[in-house]
Amino acid sequence: MDTIERTTEAPVNRRSFLIGSAVAGAGLTFSYSLLPAVTGSASEAFAANNWTPVPSFTIEPTGIITLHTPKSEMGQHVGTAIAQSLMEELEGDWKDLRIDYPDPAPKYGVFFTAGSLSVLTSFMGAAQAGVAGRMALIEAGAKHLGQNAADCHASKGWVIGKGGKKVSYGQLVAMGKVDKVYSPDDLKKMPLKKAAQYTVVGKPLQALDIPPKVVGRANFGIDYFLPGMVYGKIARPPVRIGAKPKKGADGKELIDDTEAKKVPGYQQFVSFADPFGINTHYVIAIANSYPAAIKAAKAIKVEWDLGPNATVSSDQILQHAKDLVKDPNSGGAFWLIGDPKKALAAAPTKIEAEFITPLASHQPIEPMNALAYLENGKLHIYSGSQLQIAHQPIMAGIMGMKPENVLLHQVYIGGGFGRRLEADAMVPASLAARAVGKPVKVIYTRDEEFRNDFYRTITYQRLQAGIDGKGNLVALQHDVCAAFSAVRAAPDLLKPSLDKKNVKLDSTSLDGSNSWYGVPNYLSRGIQNDIGQRATPPGFLRSVSTGWTYFALESFLDEVAHKTGKDPVEFRLSMLKAVGPNKSEVPMAIGGADRIAAVIRKAAQITDFKKKHGRLGPGRGIGIAATTHFRDTPTWTCGVVELSVDKSSGQILVHKITTVMDLGQAVNMDGARSQCEGGTLFGLSLALYEKATMHNGNLDQTNFDTYFPLRISQAPEVDIHIISTPGLPPVGVGEPAVTTVAPAVSNAVFDAVGVRPRDLPFSPDKIKALLKA
Amino acid sequence: MRVLTINGFSRVVDMPDDTPLLWVIREHLQMTGTKFGCGAGLCGACTVHMNGDAIRSCQTSLEEAAGQEIITIEGLDPAGNHPVQRAWIAEQVPQCGYCQSGQIMQASALLQKNPNPSDAEIGKAMNGNLCRCMTYVRIKKAIKRASAEMRKA
Repeated sequence: MDTIERTTEAPVNRRSFLIGSAVAGAGLTFSYSLLPAVTGSASEAFAANNWTPVPSFTIEPTGIITLHTPKSEMGQHVGTAIAQSLMEELEGDWKDLRIDYPDPAPKYGVFFTAGSLSVLTSFMGAAQAGVAGRMALIEAGAKHLGQNAADCHASKGWVIGKGGKKVSYGQLVAMGKVDKVYSPDDLKKMPLKKAAQYTVVGKPLQALDIPPKVVGRANFGIDYFLPGMVYGKIARPPVRIGAKPKKGADGKELIDDTEAKKVPGYQQFVSFADPFGINTHYVIAIANSYPAAIKAAKAIKVEWDLGPNATVSSDQILQHAKDLVKDPNSGGAFWLIGDPKKALAAAPTKIEAEFITPLASHQPIEPMNALAYLENGKLHIYSGSQLQIAHQPIMAGIMGMKPENVLLHQVYIGGGFGRRLEADAMVPASLAARAVGKPVKVIYTRDEEFRNDFYRTITYQRLQAGIDGKGNLVALQHDVCAAFSAVRAAPDLLKPSLDKKNVKLDSTSLDGSNSWYGVPNYLSRGIQNDIGQRATPPGFLRSVSTGWTYFALESFLDEVAHKTGKDPVEFRLSMLKAVGPNKSEVPMAIGGADRIAAVIRKAAQITDFKKKHGRLGPGRGIGIAATTHFRDTPTWTCGVVELSVDKSSGQILVHKITTVMDLGQAVNMDGARSQCEGGTLFGLSLALYEKATMHNGNLDQTNFDTYFPLRISQAPEVDIHIISTPGLPPVGVGEPAVTTVAPAVSNAVFDAVGVRPRDLPFSPDKIKALLKA
Repeated sequence: MRVLTINGFSRVVDMPDDTPLLWVIREHLQMTGTKFGCGAGLCGACTVHMNGDAIRSCQTSLEEAAGQEIITIEGLDPAGNHPVQRAWIAEQVPQCGYCQSGQIMQASALLQKNPNPSDAEIGKAMNGNLCRCMTYVRIKKAIKRASAEMRKA
């Protein structure tokens, strides 16, 4: 496989790079300019202040190097990984490095942290900033030492010349001797290191966000306080979405706070419709402490008009999905190769199976919260966000302000998993702050965290295989019915159907059904579940669609292999060739289907799969599954699960999960392992334990006594193998390990006891029922 | 009005007697290392020590806590250098980190009483502490590391 050097891909190739003093004496700023050409010196340009710099990093006279990153820290240690790319080229001393999470402003780049994309999209820009900084510092250092730049090199924060004469980065900055503009052409010529020369990239350096987290000093959104601050607790209607207070004959909303007034510390309530439509209506109790606000919110009586979703249940949503899939005219083609309908009809043997995934909830341990206040025409918000690039303009629109007057301060995020792509806490906090004229902190209680989530959608999937006379899989149809998160939250991401006009499809709900398997006739049909859409509403949960599409596909292929008398590994490998559509020239997917084939081979070898499969003895089994996360940004992953099934109770006992992942280049090997461990167990949690249900438009689950994320005693041995190829683009590691576990468990259950669970989660009662049937 | 002994200091607290200790610590004292998670004693994010026992501060009232010896994550070690904290860094346990104050308080109470816990004992003692990032693999390793270090000392 060819590796690509970093110089071949330059996302910043139309921007100049400026190095100079933005403010005299404050150190040097190293910035991209959005203008293609800058005339004059960098310091003049900074002083003129009539352009938009993209500060990558700064160096202070003390030698402290500060990386400015628009990526949110929510446990992926993303700042550390991006800093490794920067420091590799800059040749700074790692101990001098700090990470800054600036307030969102367009100049810092894209404030968006999701899709396992951060390192992939930030790696190159950070490297180029680093090399430009190093070149400028060497040039300035050489001048200071009275030598030629060609005779000098940089190491650990020093410019070193002939005879060992040297000057530190901090000294050069203190002397203000660097003032440099590099044109886009200059940048292109700068020699980035070859992968073989890396000394920082790929190393398992300790994450810089960890030390404050073991002493209780990392500030999450919930940890901010302001003088005069009051607490807001939302009094929720008994349906998830669509309810608003009824109005009396006088036109006033029927809200009675007589009982709330008896709660010491209660101040008032505020009530307003959600102007953006994230939710419907907010009634908020305001009090001087959070416990008082909770009591007051409970005591406020609201007469609700329950709206259009008052009778919706999860069973109804699922039944609707089944009806939609049955209708051959619903939905549209998301992936289409050959003539699958004809090939299916002509195939002498057909295999069909259906798969169900339930509502699932994010449940970060830090409940949703936001602290908002208005001061001097500016709105300040402290709230964890994975999507500031949207939340800032949303809040500006709601408040009738200019986006630059909305200061969305960055905070540590106490669990994202996609939950904090939503602005639903900052909207009521900001509106309440304006209404009461004080800083307002809104915190969700755990029952709100359940009942007001944006859920992993209910999905119903049907797979059909056409087998020819020789036992080959010649046609595959994968129908996926789901609520489409992107319709609600990111309509720009919708793609046109491949076979119908006027049908738009959501790749975050369907990706994965466009797999890398080279089936000659292959259709993925995407169908939007309109009831799930309006009543749940759907959100983005860690791994999004690939958490359900691959569950169905990889379980189904195991079944097809078994029914056609093939080994599950060899069967997969026979269809994974980098030819036709499954060849890829895109740098991050280079190698195409051969990459996932290699990962499967390795996983099978590490786990002794072929020796164990079908031979582990009664009640014990092994299962394998492979996924590639999103097709455009693939992370090649294979999971192998070894487990036992207790036939009398239906209980599954997982002994070991092996996850093998090819993620291009791992920028921080330990960080990658950590994400992979957590992702694997997150996948097991969804596979075995997590299920939410809805009745009368509201979630039944309200706390961790009715919804059960995996606990430590349920965590099996986890064996992680990261395949890192220096020089390849680093793809994402946050989500992909989630996706292999459910199908590998299902396949292992079949290997153990001969039944195939196809309905998540695999609770003992379901396994028992299958064994009885 | 109650007097709370917290991390070795006496603090006068003027909040209703039924106020959960969690909110006294977080709002009144503004010590934010102790976290709000579920409000029902089901997640362990609010774990502190009371007279050396790991307890859920969301389920303990101000009245019950008054006069007892309360230790929070901020007071576990004056320099933030408790063997459990060191092990948590050495094993790079935290991801988002939100539950980790509670995990560390639970683990340090465990090791105080049982310096050499088995896997099963670790599972039992730590089972009430949820980690949504699922850092359980490293929590187990870090407890073993801290246990070994504490027994050596």
